[in-house]
Amino acid sequence: MSQDGTHTGAQLIWESLLREGVDTVFGYPGGAILPTYDAMVGYPIRHVLVRHEQSAAHMADGYARASGRVGVVVATSGPGATNLVTGLATAMLDSTPLVAITGQVGSALLGTDAFQEVDITGITIPVTKHNYLVTGAEDIVPALREAFAVARSGRPGPVLVDITKDAQQSRATLDWEAAAPQRHRRHLPPPPDSAGLARALELIRHAKRPVILAGHGIQLAGARAEVLALAERADIPFALTLLGLGAVPATHPLSLGMMGMHGESWVNRAIQEADLLLALGMRFDDRVTGKLKAYAPNARKIHIDIDASELNKNVPVEVAIAGDLLEVLRALLPEVPVADRSSWLGTIREWRGDSAVRDIQNLPDDGHLYAAHVMHDLWRLTKGEAVVVTDVGQHQMWEAQYYKHDGERSLITSGGAGTMGFALPAAIGAKLARPEAEVWVVAGDGGFQMTFAELMTAVQEGVKVHIAIINNGYLGMVRQWQAMFYEGRYAATPILSPDFVKLAEAFGIPGQRVEARGDLAAAVARARAAAGPSLIEFKVEQEDSVYPMVPAGAALHDMIRRPSSLAETGSDSA
Amino acid sequence: MLQASRPQVLVVYTDDEPGVLTRIASLIRRRGFNIHSLTVGPTERAGLSRMTIVVDSEAPMVRQAVEHLRKLVNVLEVQQLGERPKVVRDLVLVRVAAGSEVRSEVLQLAQVFRATVVDLAEDSLVIECTGSLDKIDALVDAMRPFGILELGRTGAVAMARGTRTPSPRNAPVPLRTGTGSEAMSV
Ligand SMILES: Cc1ncc(C[n+]2csc(CCOP(=O)(O)OP(=O)(O)O)c2C)c(N)n1
Repeated sequence: MSQDGTHTGAQLIWESLLREGVDTVFGYPGGAILPTYDAMVGYPIRHVLVRHEQSAAHMADGYARASGRVGVVVATSGPGATNLVTGLATAMLDSTPLVAITGQVGSALLGTDAFQEVDITGITIPVTKHNYLVTGAEDIVPALREAFAVARSGRPGPVLVDITKDAQQSRATLDWEAAAPQRHRRHLPPPPDSAGLARALELIRHAKRPVILAGHGIQLAGARAEVLALAERADIPFALTLLGLGAVPATHPLSLGMMGMHGESWVNRAIQEADLLLALGMRFDDRVTGKLKAYAPNARKIHIDIDASELNKNVPVEVAIAGDLLEVLRALLPEVPVADRSSWLGTIREWRGDSAVRDIQNLPDDGHLYAAHVMHDLWRLTKGEAVVVTDVGQHQMWEAQYYKHDGERSLITSGGAGTMGFALPAAIGAKLARPEAEVWVVAGDGGFQMTFAELMTAVQEGVKVHIAIINNGYLGMVRQWQAMFYEGRYAATPILSPDFVKLAEAFGIPGQRVEARGDLAAAVARARAAAGPSLIEFKVEQEDSVYPMVPAGAALHDMIRRPSSLAETGSDSA
Repeated sequence: MLQASRPQVLVVYTDDEPGVLTRIASLIRRRGFNIHSLTVGPTERAGLSRMTIVVDSEAPMVRQAVEHLRKLVNVLEVQQLGERPKVVRDLVLVRVAAGSEVRSEVLQLAQVFRATVVDLAEDSLVIECTGSLDKIDALVDAMRPFGILELGRTGAVAMARGTRTPSPRNAPVPLRTGTGSEAMSV
């Protein structure tokens, strides 16, 4: 290793981050990354000190999802690095561009079980797009440049760069140009294939009952305008995946709402009775298809996705187009015939009216506070303009059902991995990425307790996030499954919580408790008026369930609907 | 040994870099394939490795695996040989018990398979043979009655027939990370 050179390896890390446009990193120091922390002083990059490295990864994830930029995490070797694994898996499954930089023991100690040595590149192979072990200062810039390129390109994802302590300490010359990345180009999608486009157009032209399935890929590709143009031109309604919410406006007349396990019954019915599905940047996850054998049996299917390995993976399709969604839609649009499908849209509207009768918003007020009420009111009070970051569980589904997302990147949620503890840290990241946005955390009493130490991070960094805890005294979503499928045996799902209001105060932030719907608006107003972070605990109906629901393994149209009397449960087909 | 399910032959070109084999094996394991054999070695071009992977699986599953392999940063190209005419070769070393009473018989059999004797001991000899998977299986079966003392197979190396050169045209791009002296190749 050369001792001459313009920079130390540690400085090269910060130089590279600056040139990649990074202004904020999330991390936690330790011995093996100490040279890098030492070199950080003097660089114009904000470092957010988290309380647990898992949260650093979620913060970077929230930062990236809110902004479309690459999120960056820094951690030390051994336990610091292993604490990132859940966050990396979360980012991997939801295609978030992330770069994690970890310190590693000195290269002479590699493979000796030295203090705080773990094989983090080995451990993270399945949960990263790619990773690197860097043992020389001269390799740092090429590895980081490639890491950013890989994280951003194609289907985005997390990349880890593990850098030995001696590589951080020794010197090398900064040659940015010479380190220009190349290899990620091998995997860039090909230009859309014209035979596929022609076939897709033909299917669209002949369809009588088409539905667009709108996924997360639309936001990742920045193809919102093109999807809307296509839908409007061909008069095709769109159903959204959970991560697709916000990709196209919920209040658009062609918007049906969320599909899948907790999608509305008319949406799933439209999919089941469609004669054409046009799947855009979504991946036919089991949560949206229900039983595969019974999925949209009469529909021809067109699937456009940047990731060729998703095509024909779960659902065999008639036309599979691998490519950049924006490019494909731009090629397709001028040829799409203008159509009027008012009779199909009218049919769907009828189904919708039938379902609305069972909507909890339309049921007589029984004096209880329901989570759905909280979401609905929150939507009204924030005019649907907030960025909402949810945790995982029932509240996540209620949020998806009752908060109407019009804006892009306005719902941030762990869809693929379903990671509890995600919301608070991801919201802190989102707020740092978009300081002008109003950011709400919606979390359950269970998930919130997994990462609430990050309240202190929000306070230390002065990050104004509003926290809504939906407290039902249970690990609600699991309790719901126990109620429906395990004869009501509530094994390990009742969960005790601290006094959240006092807890907030212990962190130095205002806390409020709401038990009646009438007090909700005032509490929200106070929270919004607070100077910094604030917390509201909503004490909601304990044994409420998310309806409708497609039981795991059932066909998409075979939904359990909200019983008309809340006490009874029953099943019927939508 | 090969079961009735048809083996699928993949040729994968990768960067010659530490950890590549792990990435590929890990991907295949995660997708639940049984790897029948996997061989790897350098190619005519520096920095480029070539793997032959034989898997037992249904064709659509293999197509999926190919798409996943193609996404790996270190992978330049994946060819699925499928029904294409191809040369598939395996090498075996087999130590057969061969006392004086059966030795000439073993030697004769070896000749039938165009195998060569590469080591001779008092009670045994080592036979080397190259050929298609079927041929090697047949040789091993023929030797079994004498007593197989040790057996080592390389796994298949495969190449499509014809004039076309299959190596990827775009040259490998080296990225020197972790290629210190302690790092093993591939
Ligand atoms: C890290 C993690 N552990 C376990 C689970 C399984 N899980 C899914 S939902 C859920 C219950 C969540 O309870 P809570 O946070 O109180 O939210 P609620 O469902 O009551 O809204 C659990 C335990 C998970 N998704 N993530």
